[in-house]
Amino acid sequence: MSQPVRVVVVDDHAMFRRGVSAELGSTGVGRVDVVAEAADVDEAVAAVLEHRPDVVLLDVHLPGGGGVEVIRRVNDSDIKFLALSVSDAAEDVIGTIRGGARGYVTKTITGPELVDAIGRVAEGDAVFSPRLAGFVLDAFAGAGISADLASVDEDLDRLTEREREVMRLIARGYSYKEVAKELFISIKTVETHMSSVLRKLQLSSRHELTRWASDRRLL
Amino acid sequence: MTSPLTTAGAPAPGPLPANHDVRRAWRDLRSPVLGGVASGLSAHLGVSVVWVRVAFVAATLAGGSGVAAYAALWAMLPAGPPPWVLAPGLESATRDGRRPGRARRLSDIGPVITLSALGIGAIFATGAVLGNGWWVWPLGIAVAGVALLWRQADEAQRERFLDATGKVDPIRVVLGGGGWAAWARIAAGVALVVIALVLFALRDGSLSLARDATVAILLGIGGIAIVLGPFVYRLIAELSGEREERVRTQERADVAAHLHDSVLQTLALIQKNPADAARLARAQERDLRAWLFTGESLDEATVASALRSAAAEIEDSYGIAVDVVAVGDCDYDEAARPIVAAAREATSNAAKHAGVPRVDVYAEITPGGIDVFVRDRGIGFDPDATPEDRLGVRRSIIDRMERHGGRAEIRSAPGEGTEVRLHLPHKADARADQKADQKADQNHDQHNQQGDP
Repeated sequence: MSQPVRVVVVDDHAMFRRGVSAELGSTGVGRVDVVAEAADVDEAVAAVLEHRPDVVLLDVHLPGGGGVEVIRRVNDSDIKFLALSVSDAAEDVIGTIRGGARGYVTKTITGPELVDAIGRVAEGDAVFSPRLAGFVLDAFAGAGISADLASVDEDLDRLTEREREVMRLIARGYSYKEVAKELFISIKTVETHMSSVLRKLQLSSRHELTRWASDRRLL
Repeated sequence: MTSPLTTAGAPAPGPLPANHDVRRAWRDLRSPVLGGVASGLSAHLGVSVVWVRVAFVAATLAGGSGVAAYAALWAMLPAGPPPWVLAPGLESATRDGRRPGRARRLSDIGPVITLSALGIGAIFATGAVLGNGWWVWPLGIAVAGVALLWRQADEAQRERFLDATGKVDPIRVVLGGGGWAAWARIAAGVALVVIALVLFALRDGSLSLARDATVAILLGIGGIAIVLGPFVYRLIAELSGEREERVRTQERADVAAHLHDSVLQTLALIQKNPADAARLARAQERDLRAWLFTGESLDEATVASALRSAAAEIEDSYGIAVDVVAVGDCDYDEAARPIVAAAREATSNAAKHAGVPRVDVYAEITPGGIDVFVRDRGIGFDPDATPEDRLGVRRSIIDRMERHGGRAEIRSAPGEGTEVRLHLPHKADARADQKADQKADQNHDQHNQQGDP
């Protein structure tokens, strides 16, 4: 890695911001550089537009409309958002990903894992935790099996068998490298699959996801 | 007089409020025979409910005052028990529906039939004693109708206590939780009252007179409704506001109760025994997550929750983190028991032997069957050269799965961690599943051979 990833940390708890910055400062030295911190949506938007970081570490529950509101107002595809939340409720996770975040990790993540995730997001990859992969599989459950029921229009909503396989391995706790080894494919291919799953998740608004969400009363 | 809010905020709300507070009687609607007057009174007076009932019956036989007293108390006593007699923790659990509720039992019908029979008998008796009782039947029917309507009002009131939403829904005010019982009670009550009116109007045997009288009465009722409408509307609006405030207060109380129960106690424990801090913190996190995000229960009603509860126990006993991710779910029945037991065995093995602080459990529950994967990144071992003690454990996992028509596979290599894969087809479609599996395996092989784009 040539130069460190520039990061803005957004969280309304000062203690937590301090902790993350310290953690990134020690484990991510040379790889991650925290350029600014923000405590609410307005501050975050201002800081992001001023510093134009590579990655924004974004809390999901944030005064002023939540992390999704920051993504919406910044509205810049060059800046990647990685959600970092204490909540692992399905509506928070799926809602934030659909809002445009490139990944979602919970706050119990270890320092090295977080540095890793930031690096991946900066390179344009998606970051799925096992739990997020589980939600994705749940959301798309049945879409591949009942292929004849769905119309052509919903092709976008379906995960291919391979994407499903990748998600399943991630949900089982495999790392990218292990997924690649298990499926006899390259890491690059794994990343491609993950990105396309993320894209489908963010773009899809057809009935599978809608039904999944309304089953859980998220809509 | 004391309001629910102030009492709820008092440090020690209980059945016996301190000093000058007036002890208020209420009707106990937890298992009423009629209106719950007798059980409420027995709680209030501290005597056995049987004696209260005997007293009512005796008073009735001795001149009918028992019925009058019962009816008056039914009308005047508030339905209860009021929520504020419960401890805050129980109260919040009640509102969340986390406590055993009052199930509607078939035996409720027994007393109703008995009472109807007694009522009809009483009407005949009255007619026989007083003679010439043209008014006895309509009166009896009207009393029954009104009693039914009151009963429904009680149900609705009880539902309102438990309903945690802020708004007053006019339909809920009448119907309570809804359901056929509510509709049946209202319909029967109204029908009985109308029949009583018609019978009353029919006493001269003239149908047209009866019709006129009924129409006149209905018009009267309509007129009263129109006059009282605005007042009722305003009352409902006010009630809405008050309820919203109450719900907010209750929520605060719930949070306070929960923090007291769990977090403060844990902090106290950590202060006493710092060595346990990580384990306690993890248990507390799990608990607080379940409280805050409520999505994931540990009640063992479904396969996913049974796996989570097994994981929680292993977390507690071995002091490691077990992450459970479940896709899909189904009821936790006898057929699913072996796979949960095997998963538990595999997880505790990982906790014991892998030497890592974290184990991933992934469960996929599809119409075809249940798949569970237990993975750690620990020291691993060579499955071909397994020491005897682990072989035993492996047998208990593999044999168990095979005995129940499933299969288990253990993949491990020194330094690369271990993964236990469990599969259990659903009984009913075990054959179809096998086919699907073969097909899937073929696809998988093809994929593997083809490599990837």
